[in-house]
Amino acid sequence: MKKITAAGLNLHYGTFHALIDVSLGIEPNKITAMIGPSGCGKSTLLRVFNRMNDAIEGVRVAGNVELDGENILAYRDDEAIDILRRKVGMVFQRPNPFPLSVFENVAFGMRIHKLARGRELEDRVAESLKAVLLWDALKDKLKRSALSLTLEQRQRLCIARLIAVTPDVILLDEPCSSLDPVATLKIEELMLELKKRYTIIIVTHNMAQAARVSDETGFMLLGRLVEFGETSRIFTAPQAKETEEYITGRYG
Amino acid sequence: MKRLFDWIIERFIFLCGILAVIFVALIFLFLLREGVSFFGSYSPIKFVGGIYWYPTSDPPQFGIISLIVGSLFVTVLAACLAIPLGVATALFIAEIAPRWLKDVLKTVIELLAAIPSVVIGFIGMVTLVPLVRQALNLPTGLSAFSGALMLGFMALPTIVTISEDAIRTVPWSYKEGAIALGATRWQTMYRIILPAALPGILGAVMLGVGRVIGETMAVMMITGNAAHIPGSVFDPVRTMTATIAAEMGETVRGSPHYEALFAIGLVLFVITFIVNFTADTFLRKARR
Repeated sequence: MKKITAAGLNLHYGTFHALIDVSLGIEPNKITAMIGPSGCGKSTLLRVFNRMNDAIEGVRVAGNVELDGENILAYRDDEAIDILRRKVGMVFQRPNPFPLSVFENVAFGMRIHKLARGRELEDRVAESLKAVLLWDALKDKLKRSALSLTLEQRQRLCIARLIAVTPDVILLDEPCSSLDPVATLKIEELMLELKKRYTIIIVTHNMAQAARVSDETGFMLLGRLVEFGETSRIFTAPQAKETEEYITGRYG
Repeated sequence: MKRLFDWIIERFIFLCGILAVIFVALIFLFLLREGVSFFGSYSPIKFVGGIYWYPTSDPPQFGIISLIVGSLFVTVLAACLAIPLGVATALFIAEIAPRWLKDVLKTVIELLAAIPSVVIGFIGMVTLVPLVRQALNLPTGLSAFSGALMLGFMALPTIVTISEDAIRTVPWSYKEGAIALGATRWQTMYRIILPAALPGILGAVMLGVGRVIGETMAVMMITGNAAHIPGSVFDPVRTMTATIAAEMGETVRGSPHYEALFAIGLVLFVITFIVNFTADTFLRKARR
């Protein structure tokens, strides 16, 4: 069963039709990459999955988007949406740790959702930091401000922050755009490790990254999902002409 | 030729900037000169430590403790009223209010700041004071409490405007991160936004307090002008500012009383300077 399915998804920003009849299915415990030129709607699509578009004025969404069989577009009640955001976490392009200590950053999600306290909280913070390979570097520096970390560490911290609340899905919106190639590679390794436990969807404008890291890839253009399928096939034998042109660098 | 013109303009602008510093320094020196000669004939310890302010008795007593306490009472109480209300209002405007309400509130608060303090004092004297007297069954409504109410009201615009600024400049990325984790609006506000905006808010509070300490007319009209150490907030008090304003017109130039008032001015100057300096430090930290 697919983790997330979308059927006939249409999204408007005011009069601008940003997502046009998008339908797809995301496999659990796999990495799905969304690629496409700037403005094609891939970030917008990502934000549908955790209802982050709600904060934008003038947004209208229509269609059906299901997470584990439940239509998340139908949620009207704030509490349900908050729970959705716990289950579907998001990592942003520019790492955005809170202006708090490393410990408090990771503990934040658990505190607001009242998931753990005291000893258990500390243990889970440690586990999350271990999962993103920050524990050894920071175990004696948990009280340090998160703003004193390097960009790569900050991005890992943001991922640790999500993991601490045991999500099902992790959304990554161009997570390596702000990072250098070495850091990028390390984060990619982390993603490959994480997919064993989580479903991962990554938006990237870096085709090579999509090819390296993902199991399935979707190509979007001007609001439409042009093609979707196994990554190796998309990159070697794309069916749509637009896909082929994008992949060979005709435009981007 | 253009070089020369540039040079002249730069020097001129520099001069204008320096002038501000010079004025402040001159004022300070003037106060110092008039006040310090006072300490020649009257012990500074008796001045700062003395309880009784009886300038017209024989021999005159110039103890300003009751005045300092008066100023303190009124200021602290006003702060206790204005700070929670001000910060809450700022939060409301910055985070919760819909666009149209935001604009209305900001305009109203700016209007509040424009009301002359003597007008506020007058209105307070005529409406608030009798109300306080009746509602709380006091011998008089002229008290530190009434003064604090009006002064809190006057400090509100400053606190609200600058706090709101500080709250608004908290980076959106922090809020986005919190919301994406499933935080409610309130959780985002008190766990992320307020701590992040704290330096700015503290700066706003100090500026508001600075305004209150220096307030004269309204205070004179409302606090009762009794130069004694108050037993409760409902007693009349006298502030340092009111003392200077009330008595300056009646002293003989060059007399000890005259000089004593300058000495009070000196104390006020120093206090206000420290408060504003602290405020500035916080605000600079916030802007970083």
